[in-house]
Amino acid sequence: MPDGALPVLDVKGLKTVFRTRGGEVHAVNSVSFHLQPGELLGVVGESGSGKSVTMMSLIGLLPSPPADVREGQVLLGGMDLLRATPDQLRAVRGARIGFVFQDPMTSLNPVFNVGNQIMEPLRKHMGMDRKAARQRALELLELVGIPDAARRLDDFPHQFSGGMRQRVMIAIALACNPEVLIADEPTTALDVTIQAQILELVKELRQKLGMAIVWITHDLGVIAGIADRVMVMYGGQVVEQAPVRELFANPQHPYTRALLKTIPKVSGEREGRLQVIEGQPPILSAAPTACPFRARCAHAFDRCHRENPQRRAIGAGRVGYGHDVACHWTPEVTHA
Amino acid sequence: MLTYMIRRLLLAIPALLFTSLVIFLLVDFAPGSPMSQIPLTVPPDVRARIVEALGANEPIHLRFGLWLYQFFVVEPAYLLDQMFGTTLSTGRQRILSWQSRSPVMDIIAERLPQTLTVIGLAYVIGVLIALPIGIYSAYRPYSWFDQIGTFVAMVGFSVPTFLTGVVLIVVFSVNLGWLPSVYDTRLRMTGWNSFVQQAGQMAMPVMVLALFNAAEISRYMRSSMLDTLGQDYVRTARATGIGERAVVLKHALRNALIPVVTVIALGVPTVFAGAIVTEQVFRVNGLGALLINALEASDLPMVQTLTFIFAVLIVLFNLIADILYGILDPRIRYD
Ligand SMILES: Nc1ncnc2c1ncn2[C@@H]1O[C@H](COP(=O)(O)OP(=O)(O)O)[C@@H](O)[C@H]1O
Ligand SMILES: [Mg+2]
Repeated sequence: MPDGALPVLDVKGLKTVFRTRGGEVHAVNSVSFHLQPGELLGVVGESGSGKSVTMMSLIGLLPSPPADVREGQVLLGGMDLLRATPDQLRAVRGARIGFVFQDPMTSLNPVFNVGNQIMEPLRKHMGMDRKAARQRALELLELVGIPDAARRLDDFPHQFSGGMRQRVMIAIALACNPEVLIADEPTTALDVTIQAQILELVKELRQKLGMAIVWITHDLGVIAGIADRVMVMYGGQVVEQAPVRELFANPQHPYTRALLKTIPKVSGEREGRLQVIEGQPPILSAAPTACPFRARCAHAFDRCHRENPQRRAIGAGRVGYGHDVACHWTPEVTHA
Repeated sequence: MLTYMIRRLLLAIPALLFTSLVIFLLVDFAPGSPMSQIPLTVPPDVRARIVEALGANEPIHLRFGLWLYQFFVVEPAYLLDQMFGTTLSTGRQRILSWQSRSPVMDIIAERLPQTLTVIGLAYVIGVLIALPIGIYSAYRPYSWFDQIGTFVAMVGFSVPTFLTGVVLIVVFSVNLGWLPSVYDTRLRMTGWNSFVQQAGQMAMPVMVLALFNAAEISRYMRSSMLDTLGQDYVRTARATGIGERAVVLKHALRNALIPVVTVIALGVPTVFAGAIVTEQVFRVNGLGALLINALEASDLPMVQTLTFIFAVLIVLFNLIADILYGILDPRIRYD
């Protein structure tokens, strides 16, 4: 990725805290990342690592209270979304940033037919009348590969299978030709074969439409096939970030290395037993003053308990653009 | 849908017949006799003749059979005669009240308007108050608005209507003297003055019942709305950038209303039952008061007919609730 191209989305030092009865939960801590036009950024991390909260913070989708997006900047073409008015934000949501959520079974409104739900953002953002919006909705259903689209426009969500519903969700998200599509674990709730079909669809749509994509998953195996760049999250922080080949070839953070070991080998027999990462995800009750991974880390030493590591570049390039890691420890032998 | 409705109606028939038998037996076994209201000075042989004339000495199965025949054949026939000028019911005996010797249905028709205006208005007002309160409470949970709403609802729901009724009478009739404490059924609305009078005498019973209904329904609305506002599809709707009004009042409310509408429909017959107490407190001369008087006088045909009509209402509104559910929720299909 060339340094020079202007990112479509630039997130700097994002910090989100939940105020709960039991005290504060620091779900997202100083997360920074950017997205180049047409790029697919994979975001990985086990559940609870703050992936969804990060993305929902960007466009004000978290209910507040309890959520409080405290610090940071989210620049979309020069506008800071964290300082935008509610009206400005609404003009971005669904129009310039499309969202696909994890569970297609619950993410569509059961009492409205799918045509209606696709037409809604079209009428709101593109100022289309019913007829034009319906025509466009039909095209979108065809685009996302729903057979017999004309007849299915008036069907309700419960009349579709899980995979088909996720296609409908994608149609809604893409309705207004957004610059950015954020897909939050869009295939996690689906069967493996359906998952593969959705991945194929997204690859194809990316070719056709050219939007930039953030693809959230807890499965590095999915990322390998589609992402340009990968960002690994742990305990509400970015722990490692690199182009996809580099990350798989030369993982730096002990957590990334552990994640890579958990992927079953696609071909051939499995290498021994499927690995699990030992230990619990951290409780984020305060802004961290130590490495969040220290308790589960085999390489932790005294500095890890005193100081939360900053992201540092590996090799040439700035943090965020080449390969960077937030870890005090340096692997002696880098894997080829 | 249609076949489902017909099936439901057909299934309701044996249930209703059984209910009517149970009611009949209960009323018949209850202590008291139609004679208890007749002065003791009336000699026993005259009493016996009165009982005979009423048909009250017939064996129970004959009386039940007669009542069924009258309720399901004679009364509908009479209704048709009234509407189309036919003569289907001539020569057949309608259900007669033992107390007044006039047809039970005529008395009910006479009392129905009082009950409907007071109870019906109270229910409509209750619902209209409850829905916005419930929606807003759920939208801003634990805000001061919600806290006050919760408190008022708790009071309205837990304090019985006869108590709120009496308190209102003490305050507005006895102390302030603003409103009449007794409902004047003979009042006819002829102009502005009588309209104000009518509104005045309806105010308290309507208020008592509306408060009670609103308390219950607003709680249902709140919890249902709270539940839907947390659903994934509401988040999806927000993510499409449509306005907050559309998110709440279209996407969330449309789903939240499904169970609430059912509760409202199911509540209609129970409101009639609850009104019995309120009518008594405010001396509204409606169906509730009619039932109480009939019970006191052991007026079996009247009690039987009224309670049976209540039973029919319950079955009917159950069916209506089911149908509304099917209309509101596309996932429900009855075939
Ligand atoms: N409404 C909330 N209230 C309190 N904490 C929350 C809330 N939503 C999320 N969190 C916390 O934020 C953290 C990150 O959650 P999330 O972003 O959903 O994880 P991921 O998407 O990576 O699985 C979790 O530890 C979770 O406990
Ligand atoms: Mg998530």
